Amino acid sequence: MQDNNGIDKKNRFNFKSITKSGGFTSLSSALMAIFLGLVFGFFVMLFASPPNALAGLRYIIFGGFNRIGNVFYFATPILMTGLSVGFAFKMGLFNIGASGQYTMGLFFALYAGFMWDLPPGIHWFAAILAGMVGGMLWGIIPGLFKAFLNVNEVITSIMFNYIGMYLVDMMIQGSSIMYTADKTRTKYLPQSAQIPSLGIPNSNVNLGIIFAIIIGIFLYIVLEKTIFGYELKATGYNKHAAEYAGMKGKTNIILTMLIAGGLSGLGGAFFMLSPSGIVGSSMTYEPINIIAANGFTGIAVALLGSSHPIGTIFSAVFISHIQRGGTLASLVGYKPEIIDLVIAVIIYFSAFAMIMNTALGKIVESRLGEKEAKEIEINDDVKEAE
Amino acid sequence: MENYVIEMLNITKEFPGIIANDNITLKLRRGEIHALLGENGAGKSTLMSVLFGMYRPEKGEIRKNGEVVNIGNPNDANDLGIGMVHQHFQLVEIFTILENIILGVEPNKYGFIEKQEARKKVIELSEKYGLKVDPDAYIEDITVGMQQRVEILKMLYRENEILIFDEPTAVLTPQEIKELLQIMRGFANEGKSILFITHKLNEIMEVADRCTVLRKGKYIGTVDVKDTTKEELSKMMVGRDISFHVQKDEGKSGDVILSVKNLTVPSKTHKNNAVRNVSFDIRAGEIVCLAGIDGNGQTEMVNAITGLERSSFGTICLKGEDITRAPIRKRSMEGMSHIPEDRHKHGLVLNYKLEENLVLQRYWQPEFQNKGFIKFKKVREYAESLIDKFDIRSGQGPLTPARSMSGGNQQKAIIAREIDKEHELLVAVQPTRGLDVGAIEYVHKQLVESRDSGKAVFLVSLELDEVINVPDRILVIYEGEIVGELDPKKTTPEELGLYMSGAKRDMIKEINDAG
Repeated sequence: MQDNNGIDKKNRFNFKSITKSGGFTSLSSALMAIFLGLVFGFFVMLFASPPNALAGLRYIIFGGFNRIGNVFYFATPILMTGLSVGFAFKMGLFNIGASGQYTMGLFFALYAGFMWDLPPGIHWFAAILAGMVGGMLWGIIPGLFKAFLNVNEVITSIMFNYIGMYLVDMMIQGSSIMYTADKTRTKYLPQSAQIPSLGIPNSNVNLGIIFAIIIGIFLYIVLEKTIFGYELKATGYNKHAAEYAGMKGKTNIILTMLIAGGLSGLGGAFFMLSPSGIVGSSMTYEPINIIAANGFTGIAVALLGSSHPIGTIFSAVFISHIQRGGTLASLVGYKPEIIDLVIAVIIYFSAFAMIMNTALGKIVESRLGEKEAKEIEINDDVKEAE
Repeated sequence: MENYVIEMLNITKEFPGIIANDNITLKLRRGEIHALLGENGAGKSTLMSVLFGMYRPEKGEIRKNGEVVNIGNPNDANDLGIGMVHQHFQLVEIFTILENIILGVEPNKYGFIEKQEARKKVIELSEKYGLKVDPDAYIEDITVGMQQRVEILKMLYRENEILIFDEPTAVLTPQEIKELLQIMRGFANEGKSILFITHKLNEIMEVADRCTVLRKGKYIGTVDVKDTTKEELSKMMVGRDISFHVQKDEGKSGDVILSVKNLTVPSKTHKNNAVRNVSFDIRAGEIVCLAGIDGNGQTEMVNAITGLERSSFGTICLKGEDITRAPIRKRSMEGMSHIPEDRHKHGLVLNYKLEENLVLQRYWQPEFQNKGFIKFKKVREYAESLIDKFDIRSGQGPLTPARSMSGGNQQKAIIAREIDKEHELLVAVQPTRGLDVGAIEYVHKQLVESRDSGKAVFLVSLELDEVINVPDRILVIYEGEIVGELDPKKTTPEELGLYMSGAKRDMIKEINDAG
């Protein structure tokens, strides 16, 4: 009888082990949060303007597919800040300073783009690296404070968001090479400093997204396969045990914040160095004393992606997707802010969804029945006998 | 028909990969102390959690005074008069004792807490039962024994009649244990019914009326304590005969491995030094036990030796090399193994799998890494060999999350890791705390084996049995000073007690000069 059931049993057993794996819980709770967020958004639209609600929802959900190039283009910086926040979070550090690091990265890239005179094939790449260094600089300072003086990284990095933003805005406004005062924005970057476009029509998508995805995969490997990742996660889970095992806590804090800062800095560089669809122009930055929103969106991206690098790639693309859709919802009269609301609700629900998911998992298990539990028991007995 | 307060009939509770309670029946009489005995992982705590409404059983029913009741959560249990002192206290650290006691049942008038009324009741209760507490002290500032009294007062304040004590003595000093047992006896005499979870046979013999034994999730039997013996109970619990005497031959001590000179460690909680000018040597092939009542500087001394804390004066030498200021990793590489006092705080990364925990001290060695990448295949092989060698039991082998393992097996994993690692000195701090007799026997065997293979073993213990049975030499610590060096073969528990309580002290010979 057991033979007859063999395949069936195996399938069910696998299903059960899937429902228990952490990845599944994160994914399904993220999906549930997204669903609830969208439902909530729909009700808000229904309340605001009933006749257009369905059309608005359709734009939010499907609108992004018409602008797939731009979805990836706008996903690039928030993917980087999301990876930055998620990476630090694995070590138990809350890098709320992604905005400041992003802004510093942006400025360093901008500076390298205008001031350095390099051959076309190298210039943009050098500018990207400059951006990374800028972010690292702004990431390592809270790291040093945390490691040596035990100052909470949340406080330091919030303050560094402001310091970085005002500093950058001041420097840009003070430079006639980078800034056009009458347009209150930076000038167009030289062609050689722009990241090569991927050539998708009607979009600015460029090599940056490819780099960002590769970096995400690379981080996954670092976290899961290396000694550094092992130490980092151990410290995040239990810093006392990490100390007991002789791990260098201070060095690891500094290194983690350095890397997190570099990731955000790259986000700023990828944003700044993007080519524009219009020939001869490029992305510009307006120094108007506002903290870069992409840094905070990164926190949402990381939360939705459960701080998992691969999950973060998908959540960045998704958030970018509904942001594009939200812009399109304005065609039927909705403000794009409605999307910020939906995203906020999604993040809010993702915590709830974790709980609901556990409950759902329990229901599934009890449905699978007692019979199977016995079979598992038999399997275990067989294993023990062997 | 007998009058039972609580009947748990045919309870079955399953967890993934394990049946924690398999058809268990437990009947509690009014006014009795009913011990629930079993090894770690036998299902005692699970059964009590079912009674307390934290788990729902798959099968079986619970009756109170003969009527079937449905306990869905701890509030239901509370309404039925069931209270529980958990093994890990459920207290809010930053609240005062009074606030903790009334938490959830705050007496109030128009939404404002009526503290005076509560305070009166708490003081009345604490005087009536001899549970001395200061209602305005903060939980974070009081001792573990005091915290337990707060937990007990919480149950009394709620006027519970059925009191569950989950391994209440695991964290107490011998003196506190004695007091607690008396208090429990008093409750029983008053007509309250007590369920007493433990694996300490002495305590059962001393205080319990009846005892139910579980083994590996199964019901073994219920016996009257006055008709049974320690040996019989332990056989029921473990399934085989247990030797209470540690088997060991005469030790052959060799070179000095650890040499501590004039060690002084400042205290984190008060201005005085926690360890004061302490000197001693430990040689290869001997077990030296540091005995004393908890909180006399043992933790600080161990932390200084293992590198978790800085000493302010004195030197620590390992195999002749000064390691007073060496980082922890260096000490580990030089041959120091450390079984920490708190296995959850220091010993394990609970979110890591068993295999990841088993390489916690070795993941960086060439055997397990290649250019910074961990060799997971090697880790798995190594973990499997340790699991095999040290008989670590868990649901999913090397892949079991450390969090889901039983306390005894968590400790086995730490011991396996520390003993298998290359070492000359083994520092074992309360290695048997919270373990059952089977596991204690196992740990003692490992310590003796380690000694016989020529290692130096530094044992820190609060248990008198352990202090007298295991080591070759005893050092007694009192208020941060070594007040006596005793030969376990010649000393008595009474003499040891005098030293531990500070009533007697020797001038310690300058043993360092001899070495």
